[in-house]
Amino acid sequence: MNRSETTRSFTMATWLGWQVESNWTDPFLFAIYVIIKPLASAAILVVMYSIITGGAYESPLFPYIYLGNAFYTYVGAVMAGVSWAVIDDREHYKTLKYMYIAPINIPFYWLGRGVSRFLIGTVAVIVILTAGVLFLNVPLDLTQVNWGLFIVSLLLGVTMLAMMGLILASITLMVAHHFFLIGEAVAGALYLFSGAIFPLEVLPAWLRPIGYAMPITYWLELMRRSLIGDVAQAFPTLAQYSNLQLLGILLGLTVIFAVASVFTFRWCDYRARELGLIDRVSNY
Amino acid sequence: MTHFAIETKDLSRIYKIRGNKKEKQIRKELVALENVNLTVERGELFGLLGPNGAGKTTLIKILTTLLAPTSGWARVAGYDVTQHPNLVRPRINMVSGGESSGYGLLTVRENLWMFSQFYGMPSKEANQRIVELLKMVGLEDRIHTKSSDLSTGLRQKMNIVRGFLTDPEVLFLDEPTLGLDVGAARDVRKLIRTWVDTSPLPSGEGKGEGRRTLLLTTHYMVEAEELCDRVAIINKGRVLACDTPANLKRNLQRDAIFEIETSPLNGLTSQILQDQPEVKKAALTDIEGGARLELILKEEAALASVINILTQKEIKVKRLTKREPTLEDVFMDLVGQKMEEVEKEEAPHAG
Repeated sequence: MNRSETTRSFTMATWLGWQVESNWTDPFLFAIYVIIKPLASAAILVVMYSIITGGAYESPLFPYIYLGNAFYTYVGAVMAGVSWAVIDDREHYKTLKYMYIAPINIPFYWLGRGVSRFLIGTVAVIVILTAGVLFLNVPLDLTQVNWGLFIVSLLLGVTMLAMMGLILASITLMVAHHFFLIGEAVAGALYLFSGAIFPLEVLPAWLRPIGYAMPITYWLELMRRSLIGDVAQAFPTLAQYSNLQLLGILLGLTVIFAVASVFTFRWCDYRARELGLIDRVSNY
Repeated sequence: MTHFAIETKDLSRIYKIRGNKKEKQIRKELVALENVNLTVERGELFGLLGPNGAGKTTLIKILTTLLAPTSGWARVAGYDVTQHPNLVRPRINMVSGGESSGYGLLTVRENLWMFSQFYGMPSKEANQRIVELLKMVGLEDRIHTKSSDLSTGLRQKMNIVRGFLTDPEVLFLDEPTLGLDVGAARDVRKLIRTWVDTSPLPSGEGKGEGRRTLLLTTHYMVEAEELCDRVAIINKGRVLACDTPANLKRNLQRDAIFEIETSPLNGLTSQILQDQPEVKKAALTDIEGGARLELILKEEAALASVINILTQKEIKVKRLTKREPTLEDVFMDLVGQKMEEVEKEEAPHAG
């Protein structure tokens, strides 16, 4: 692999992605949007929780749900961010064919395009966590955080999400415009199966294997444990696994998804050239 | 290294088209290219001339690695486009006319600079070249304008600059002046000719290595005639002729070519005229207040029989001109129809 080609594909795509995501309004409005949007979506969950439980914010279930929901922001942001670039370039800007004939590394280009949404997602997570600590008594004590576990889990998790995004981007190459929400649709579907807002035990037994096969489940558990360790461990889901075991499972699944993303990209790329799909715009 | 910038051998492309909902299982085949054999020398400005749907864009897509051929092979800058696309891409660039691609939120300079960076150009050099090229197409005063604020024509100019910016070994321009006004089209043609003529190596040196090559598709005859060193005439996926414009026309110089403006045709068809033994080809076009006949005759004397037919049908001759052959006549001679007639016939099937 040509290192300079890979580097410039990623860095320029990151630059482009940031311009596309942030350049549609003035910086002040953009900052407001970045702060208000995640707060509004977290507020919906908090209100629902409050109505159902009668405001039981002291229950360990609340930080479990709150943190799961906060970090799930990354799932939509990274997966949809990477796959959206394909639709955006092909259907909206009509530049995908020009990217394809340029001497760039296409997977790294797509990953770069997803970086801006990752950064915006990071701001969203920080905003949600800060609001939780300040206004909702989420028991997050920065002196008690297992920073080592947090950083390793975060990096591994983002890599895993990027690989899943690459698989979706490759599939997007093969589908028409009306699948433009494929990234967010998949992220939305996995929301129920990944233990983001309730332990997997709540699901019917025959649905639980989906959650256990998803690396997101292990990643969210690691994020909770690194931030509020004991509270998260009060739930039975994955309680039998140590942090190291969870990291091992996450690493293993990430490698599997990485290998799968390479093969999926190669196959979809080959088929797209065979079928002439790279510059085919959906006319409906 | 081969002295051909582009080489194709028995290149074919067949699209499989699925039927509508009722006929989902029925797959039709559309032959977009059929056994195309072409060679383009380094340093050549080569034209692909043909009506819409002739297969020009399909050929460009294959040569630029966007589309796999069904059979045959193609080499660009010495490399097989299927086997070594990663070696082809740094050496080429492409611009499609008639579209307004680009990132609307970026300025003209940012759009162009970004693409230069994807090709690994040093930033300073890229910025200098952006200014130079924008001046050449008269777009320098819009350098800091967001491309979404440009008209379609100006956006197309920006895209043309994008193609030239990276100074590729082989540049593909697919209908570059489509939709441009007369002045803008003239600027673009000038840029094309200048770019090819100012190759890094002087003409005739080093078997053409290092010289810029440009493949241009067009359905404008005048453009092909004015710009191209050689032209391939393509129709229904097949290359019908390939030579210099002068040589292509020379084959018709023994023939007599007439253009006649008449009153309305009173049921006269081109077939009636073509049934005359000395009439090679005849095309009729309705114009305001009458019709225009374009005739390729084996000899000038055959004009008498044509006039005779017109008289019998009570068609008045308003104007009669004898002229030199053009590429349009070459096309009509090869295909049997004028290019616009072919396009009209193909239009319902195009897609």
